[in-house]
Amino acid sequence: MAHIRYRQQHFALAADETVLDCLTRNGVAVPSSCRSGACQTCLMRASTGTPPERAQRGLKDSQKAQNFFLACVCRPDTSLTVLLPDHPAETTPVTVRGLELLNDEVMRVVLECHSPIDYRPGQFIRLFFDRTLCRSYSIASVPARDRHLHLHVRRLARGRLSGWIHDQLRPGHTVEIAGPTGDCFYAPGRPEQGLLLIGTGSGLAPLYGIARDALQQGHTGPIRLFHGSRDRRGLYLVEELRDLAQESPQFEYTPCISGPQVPPGYAAGRPSDVALRDTPDPRSWRLFLCGHPDMVAATRRKAYLAGAAMKDIHADAFSIDSHTPEDPAA
Amino acid sequence: MTATKMSDWWDESHRSLYENLGGEPAVDAAVDIFYRKVLTDDRISGFFDDVDMERQAAKQKAFLTMAFGGPHRYTGLDMRQGHAHLVQRGLNDAHVDAVIENLAATLRELDVPADLIEQVAAIAESTRNDVLGR
Repeated sequence: MAHIRYRQQHFALAADETVLDCLTRNGVAVPSSCRSGACQTCLMRASTGTPPERAQRGLKDSQKAQNFFLACVCRPDTSLTVLLPDHPAETTPVTVRGLELLNDEVMRVVLECHSPIDYRPGQFIRLFFDRTLCRSYSIASVPARDRHLHLHVRRLARGRLSGWIHDQLRPGHTVEIAGPTGDCFYAPGRPEQGLLLIGTGSGLAPLYGIARDALQQGHTGPIRLFHGSRDRRGLYLVEELRDLAQESPQFEYTPCISGPQVPPGYAAGRPSDVALRDTPDPRSWRLFLCGHPDMVAATRRKAYLAGAAMKDIHADAFSIDSHTPEDPAA
Repeated sequence: MTATKMSDWWDESHRSLYENLGGEPAVDAAVDIFYRKVLTDDRISGFFDDVDMERQAAKQKAFLTMAFGGPHRYTGLDMRQGHAHLVQRGLNDAHVDAVIENLAATLRELDVPADLIEQVAAIAESTRNDVLGR
């Protein structure tokens, strides 16, 4: 049975337990957020033992070589001695240059980076409320087209960061971000390949960036974007996307409504269903799935079973951290 | 046998099978076909309902690598521990039969000669008791 050694203590790992859960269970506070190996908040280092490869996905080669790993997905088969990194995440300051509601609940946040950062649209950054609390937001801007970094922040009930962003943040405020991270972006190569972009809620943020990035980089194949919500109020950037479709013949935009009221100009149904009905043979397509984790998992499965290659399915599941100490339901 | 001697023995007796099948590229081609068959086979798909697809695909690749006689780090104990929670949910011989059936069908689709398919099936079969915790 594997053990985790932290400072002077030894903890036995329960079957299939992650390092994060084990440490948390034993009263050790390890920062965490997405609990799915994506945001890297739970980064730790093993000073003895080798963490499994799965727990190093997304890290830089230099980090992997030093046995850094992500505690929330680390299920080691052998014992490890672990420590929190010497230096907390490197953050960089940005100044808020714009705050604009795109619909009732989604705010476009425009951030000016004090020093330029190298990002691909579709990656995400972590925005820090303070040293201990951060959340990940996907990047919707395109470096060649947008002067600053754009995020789409959806207000969540009881959301600590989204509440702060919607209610307290003002243009001129300076905040800290870390990143960018993530591999849900348009990589050049195979310009004639069809791209299928499917999103719910603020999952439009990375897709809006990826679609425009692909066009910017001279993608020649069809680019089909399906954005869905239960009703019309949950959609946004509808006119901008219709304009983009007018300008670029290879780009098609389909707003989808899964609820009962479907006005003309909108497709009825969930975006994943509409998309796969529209593209029943996704075998050679590249897919980008962003938004609700259930939609992402179900669509990945449907698309894969319909023939899409696993490596051509890129996903960004927006999980909600419900492990907040003040949350009585947690 | 010590662990090193066992893996030496394994490599020796199976190297030619793995090479004959086409090594890692063959495994990659087979995983896609095999995993799709498993996910759409009603007899066993239920066991894969709440797993992370990418993680599971990686496990399928590891399993196929072993079944093809390729290098792997599975031990009988790994197979036991890995499937114990499924045995509790009712995993039985019929399910193992279904998996081996899907494996053979995959190899036929890839035009693998019958004698090699038999060798792969035999390796898969050798894990039955560990998988079922017997």
